Amino acid sequence: MDLKKTFEQDEEVLLRPVREVNRNYYITVGILSLIVAWAFFAYFYQLKRGLGVTGLNRPVYWGFYITNFVFFIGISHAGTLISAILRIAQAEWRRAITRSAEVITVMVIFFGVASILMDLGRPDRIFNIIESGRFQSPLLWDVTSITCYLTASTVYLYLPLIPDIAIMRDKVNKRKWLYNVLSLGWTGTPRQFKRLELVISVMAILVIPVAVSVHTVVSFVFAMTVQPMWHSAIFGPYFVVGAIYSGIAALIIAMALIRWVYKLDNYLRDIHFTNLGLLLFVMTLLWTYFTFSEYLTTFYGAEPTHMAVFWSKFSGEYMLEFWGMIVCCFVIPVIFLSNRKLRTMTGMVISSFAITIGMWLERFIIVVPTLANPRLPYERGAYHPSWVELSLLAGCFAFFILLYVLFTKFFPIVSIWEIQEGRQHAVSEVAERVRTYLPDAHTEEGEAQAFSREQVETARP
Amino acid sequence: MAKWGMVIDLDKCTACQACVIACQAENNVPNSDPEAAGTGRSIHWMEMLPIVEEEYPHLRMRLMPRPCMHCEKPPCIKVCPVNATQIGSEGIVGQINARCIGCRYCTTACPYTVKYFNWYKPEWPAVMENHLNPDVQVRYIGVVEKCIFCHHRLQKARDLARYEGREMGPNDYIPACAQTCPAEAIYFGDLENPKSSVAILSKSKRAFHLLEDLGTHPKVTYLSEGV
Ligand code: SF4
Ligand code: SF4
Repeated sequence: MDLKKTFEQDEEVLLRPVREVNRNYYITVGILSLIVAWAFFAYFYQLKRGLGVTGLNRPVYWGFYITNFVFFIGISHAGTLISAILRIAQAEWRRAITRSAEVITVMVIFFGVASILMDLGRPDRIFNIIESGRFQSPLLWDVTSITCYLTASTVYLYLPLIPDIAIMRDKVNKRKWLYNVLSLGWTGTPRQFKRLELVISVMAILVIPVAVSVHTVVSFVFAMTVQPMWHSAIFGPYFVVGAIYSGIAALIIAMALIRWVYKLDNYLRDIHFTNLGLLLFVMTLLWTYFTFSEYLTTFYGAEPTHMAVFWSKFSGEYMLEFWGMIVCCFVIPVIFLSNRKLRTMTGMVISSFAITIGMWLERFIIVVPTLANPRLPYERGAYHPSWVELSLLAGCFAFFILLYVLFTKFFPIVSIWEIQEGRQHAVSEVAERVRTYLPDAHTEEGEAQAFSREQVETARP
Repeated sequence: MAKWGMVIDLDKCTACQACVIACQAENNVPNSDPEAAGTGRSIHWMEMLPIVEEEYPHLRMRLMPRPCMHCEKPPCIKVCPVNATQIGSEGIVGQINARCIGCRYCTTACPYTVKYFNWYKPEWPAVMENHLNPDVQVRYIGVVEKCIFCHHRLQKARDLARYEGREMGPNDYIPACAQTCPAEAIYFGDLENPKSSVAILSKSKRAFHLLEDLGTHPKVTYLSEGV
């Protein structure tokens, strides 16, 4: 088979989701839109009546919305960060997965930001943070960092899209004007490719510190106060690890769904899932290590104000959420991921769902019990979310999935040109690279570092 | 410059809660209702902390009036993203209702949990609507509020003194709670003035502060025998 035919086949398969729409697609979009519409209704209800329609109170001033904020911003770490690291590390298996990861980031950040807006008592005054912003407040650090991350991730998603948009401009008979504008006159000359790859690698490096800063400053919102079990130096890295952890889980779920719905088994192959599954397992252990350190130091120090929060999680009111988190983020993933027999597609998808739920619970278990058990031991609170908060949580998820689905209908969810580039150059490049890892050998016949399989076979005694 | 502070003598306090009522009336704080009280949403700038000492059957309950501590180093103002809560040059920690975006970061950062939020639009029974204090702004929905040491009374006292062409005296500015207390358990005045009763009493052997070890330097001092 020649290169050209293979390329055409790639384009054919990967553009099929963009070209074809079927009934299932409309049904999915319909259902998701209904949930989103309901959430909008709930939000306008809250806007009209006030935050009183939530389950929040004194002292539990923050609840679902702040939990969602931390959670969604956490999920957003999957994409850009992982894709950037894989690109820089020249991991060849990245080619098929970077796009689906980057889209998660860009789409999910909106819901992190939206969660903050939902939480504000006066969303109409949001521009006060520009007019009278005060940089001493960690919330402003968040605003800065998240804006930066959103911009950088969007650029980082868009750049590798350009050659694919150009392919669609030439080969898809829909939305010509859109692809025409977005492809920026891409013609695919070697000079253009060279430039593009340079900019992508610069962005990949730039985006990593921004990504790390994002969840660090999210954790600082809590860690900078003096409240029990918030005021912890470990929070920055703990949050970043948790973010990447939940992010990879979300990525695996997204990829499994894409592969199943669009029948892309040949592109999102088992090896991709296995590699991500191993990465997920490493993050499981890292997360568990952080959680263990955090809780053990609190327990051993045994300060009464901290212990009040500790016991409310361990055996008190928030016991269900706490142990639920341990089961979802530690027990289930360890069972499925540590064992080659269970590390199947099903096993990995189950673990990923468990981790996503568990990490949401983790955020909840960080936000609420501390507030419910403040330092002055006379004010104890309880928190039960109202239907508005539940609806908005469902709405955020539905809206995110909706945007993701729509993206796959507008753009190829697996990068076409990167796969093609992989076919064209990567194999020889990697062989070349491996050769440079090996020591030089001088023999009478000449110089060599590695041998082809035939040479090895024939040389074997 | 003055540093306004308060001393509450728990040995004199009878827990009659007159200060709580006086504060509600003075500062246009809406009445609580059973629903708000049940969900932990009533607003009381001055509130009674129930302190349980010993255990059943030798149970001893005490009530302790608790305004905002007006910390000299307030953790609440540091976190506000829009500068809507600030400490003034005379040590009063104020709230700017018109600017607050209602993020409730200050409420979670205050270790004394003395800040309150307007979950709904504040409302009064019709008969009371015409009896609100014109000196105090009625708060908006969705903003945070708390004790401000009846700051409007300071402004009034200062204006009056200026009008009468004299210095402000020690009794010119006194918050509603201190003025009302029938047991005279609440003292108020300038901590910088060594002769003021608050300056003298806050050095008393009976003096203590809430959560002293957090380094917030509260300007509300409690007096109690046996602490
Ligand atoms: S008691 Fe709380 S609200 Fe009052 S000044 Fe101190 S930290 Fe701020
Ligand atoms: S609730 Fe208002 S006063 Fe408090 S931190 Fe937010 S903006 Fe500032």
